[in-house]
Amino acid sequence: MSPRARTLVYVVAAALAVALVLALPLGEYLVKLLLQAASYAIAVLGLTVLLGYTGQISLAQAAFFGLGAYGVALGTTTLGLGFLAALILGLVVATLFGIALGSSTLKLGGHYLAMVTISFQQILTLVLTNWISVTGGPDGIRNIARPHLPGIDFENNQVYLAACLALLFAVGGLVALLKSRRLGLAMQAVRDNELAAGVVGINTFRVKIIAFALSALLGGLGGGMFAGAFRYISPDQFAFDDSVVLLTMVLLGGVEAAIGAAIGAGLLILLPEWLRFLKQFYLAVYGAAVILIMVFLPAGIWGLFSRHRVWKPAAPIGPLELDIEAAAGTLLSVRGLAKHFGGVRAVDGVDLDIAQGSVHALIGPNGSGKTTLLNVLSGIYRPTAGSITLNARAVAGLAPHVLAAAGIGRTFQNIRLFHSLSALDNVIIGAERPGSGIAHRAAATARALAALGFVGMAERAGELAASLPYGHQRLVEIARALAGHPVLLLLDEPAAGLNLTEKQELVELLKRLRGHGLTILLIEHDMDLVEQVADRITVLNFGRHIADGSPAEVLRHPEVIAAYLGEVPSHEAA
Amino acid sequence: MTVLLQLLFQGVGIGAVYALVALGFVLIYRATNVVNFAQGQFAVVGAYGMVVTTADLGLPYWLGILITLAVMALFGALFNLGVYYPLRNRSFLPVVISTIGASIFITNIILGVYGPEPSMLAPMLDAPGISLGNLFLDAQYLTIIAVTLALVALQYLFFEHTLLGKRMQAVSQDKEMASLLGIKVGWMIMLTFIYSAMLGGIAGILVAPILFVSVGLGGQIALKAFAATIIGGFGDVPGAIVGGIAIGVIETFGAYYISVPYKDAFAFIVLFAFLLLRPSGLFGEKVSQKA
Repeated sequence: MSPRARTLVYVVAAALAVALVLALPLGEYLVKLLLQAASYAIAVLGLTVLLGYTGQISLAQAAFFGLGAYGVALGTTTLGLGFLAALILGLVVATLFGIALGSSTLKLGGHYLAMVTISFQQILTLVLTNWISVTGGPDGIRNIARPHLPGIDFENNQVYLAACLALLFAVGGLVALLKSRRLGLAMQAVRDNELAAGVVGINTFRVKIIAFALSALLGGLGGGMFAGAFRYISPDQFAFDDSVVLLTMVLLGGVEAAIGAAIGAGLLILLPEWLRFLKQFYLAVYGAAVILIMVFLPAGIWGLFSRHRVWKPAAPIGPLELDIEAAAGTLLSVRGLAKHFGGVRAVDGVDLDIAQGSVHALIGPNGSGKTTLLNVLSGIYRPTAGSITLNARAVAGLAPHVLAAAGIGRTFQNIRLFHSLSALDNVIIGAERPGSGIAHRAAATARALAALGFVGMAERAGELAASLPYGHQRLVEIARALAGHPVLLLLDEPAAGLNLTEKQELVELLKRLRGHGLTILLIEHDMDLVEQVADRITVLNFGRHIADGSPAEVLRHPEVIAAYLGEVPSHEAA
Repeated sequence: MTVLLQLLFQGVGIGAVYALVALGFVLIYRATNVVNFAQGQFAVVGAYGMVVTTADLGLPYWLGILITLAVMALFGALFNLGVYYPLRNRSFLPVVISTIGASIFITNIILGVYGPEPSMLAPMLDAPGISLGNLFLDAQYLTIIAVTLALVALQYLFFEHTLLGKRMQAVSQDKEMASLLGIKVGWMIMLTFIYSAMLGGIAGILVAPILFVSVGLGGQIALKAFAATIIGGFGDVPGAIVGGIAIGVIETFGAYYISVPYKDAFAFIVLFAFLLLRPSGLFGEKVSQKA
């Protein structure tokens, strides 16, 4: 089915479901359950974006749910606003807190992030309970208003439920669409490999803040609808335990797809009803169920049904546009560059000039600082001292995504692909780097396919990156860098782990790239390969450069031979 | 001045409980890289162990403690097998969620059996405490501080001066290397869970006479112990102890001088400040990512 047809089916199905809810005699009790499920599902969709797409944990979704709910409650009662104005107030507050919480991800991740969100959740619960003059304290707020629209009777629970469902379908559709959009791909890139995401041009911090903001917004939206649905709220409905419930919902339903949020919310609202015969032990069974889900259903219920469909590209693949209007001269110039880790001088005063259009090899024994130098050049580390000039622009100490936008592309020694995305999506993310001159998805896809074609991987564009064999993953990683139309390509041991045939193919690939005038800085241990492709070689040892020149000169240099073979250099012996 | 010292004494006493739970956190984290969100429930199980043995069955206190510790050891082993072991090769998040599931499970089993009403437990010693001028040192608080000090000393001796302790340290530093050296990694992790559950149990036994015993106890203690580990520096043993005592003192002073209803907020506000300004804590976990 084409995307357009799928959207149409979705809209028709949504309209049918809403019409059914309006038409069927559901009974007051079921309507209440469904109201709860629908408003929770909207909040859970926030976690789909945050946890599922972006890989950031939050144990505070109930807090955002509560902020939205209290926005509507206080807005329509104390402040005397209409429902919509009150809802917007709640959403603004929730989103602002979401952004504030997201800012903490600049420094923190993993269990620290879990802790920040728990703290936020706890403090909010304490404030809602104890700030009695505003929130009404533990007694909560009554008589919350619903929207007024001429001709629609929102006072009828079933009509309000239909509105909630329509909103859920709308939000769910948008969250599903987001996944394949530029922002959605960027989020998944951050989740799969944050370091690589920065290097291909994604502002990872910004993406995480947006994810937190969206998640808080949807949490608040669900909470606002919840407050209108039940017209009474109290702080205990938005406590830490409820954040855990929301998190469980997204994991149970399936964290990867928007539909998982609906499955999880529906099931966990209904499950206690089904478990009611267990009386006071039903929550214990619920806790055990959470463990069992984690053990046996890592991808949630939806994960049982979704498979990555492997496909082959149908359209003819165009040639890859690589050529740069080459001005002769020096592209990259490094002066006195140093990177110290505490007392360790990993890079200690290196000078390096890379000529436009040349293949420049960086060699040296293990631990000589090659990869550290590359990490400084690509912005992963900030230099301790020294300057880096790219095309006459000072770029030392800039963030990885800024350097990517300036045209530096790279690969990693230990391959860093976005493993849960297809090869093509990996390369599309590369093609969409800021400054690549690509404006829309069709162009990015065409360029990504061309890049895959250039490295000989077009046939496998539709396969999951993680399922590709090692050598092919290397090629996809190179294609990802090439798709960004770099002015300088940094390759960190591209031949490592390749067999003889693959190495020869790599040599051919590097020669073709050189033929297109692309400037390459290459770290490599394989001297045979280096001799075949390099125009110039720089040798590092103990963080300092010990030789520089053409392959023939450098490989005869006594200090280089000493560094590699461990002889005592003559000047020290003397 | 008396008030100040009195508050300090009580803060250190309650902080010692946080420190014990925090220590359990840190040991499991170091051995498995997993943050155990059910650590507070360990204390609850310990406290209820005392309720069952001494209040319900009428056993003497010392026997109640022995039985409770044995139960905690078994509990730690079962926890490892049921919650951590099946997920040991997965990423951080599934294991965290699994421990949260375990915490819900334990809480509600106890809630199902004992109901929400808190139970009371008699103090450990008959003597009420010692008076030093205007300062009153409650016997239970003194016991807590003494037991914590003794445990910390024992633990230090164990980890630094016994082969088993060194093996456990090796596992926490590099599982692969440790297993290549013939250390049975699975067993070391098992021991860690058992010991950590017993630490949590001891915290519960100690704190039970001061606070009412209820299932709600676990969540609050666990969150504060977690806060303590971050303030001290994640994964750092002395840090967990200092952090725990710091949290106890801060909230005791905060409750007295600022606000009682917001007593529980102080720990989190301090935690926020640390996370944003000095995430590596007082003693610093070294975090770096290698390309």
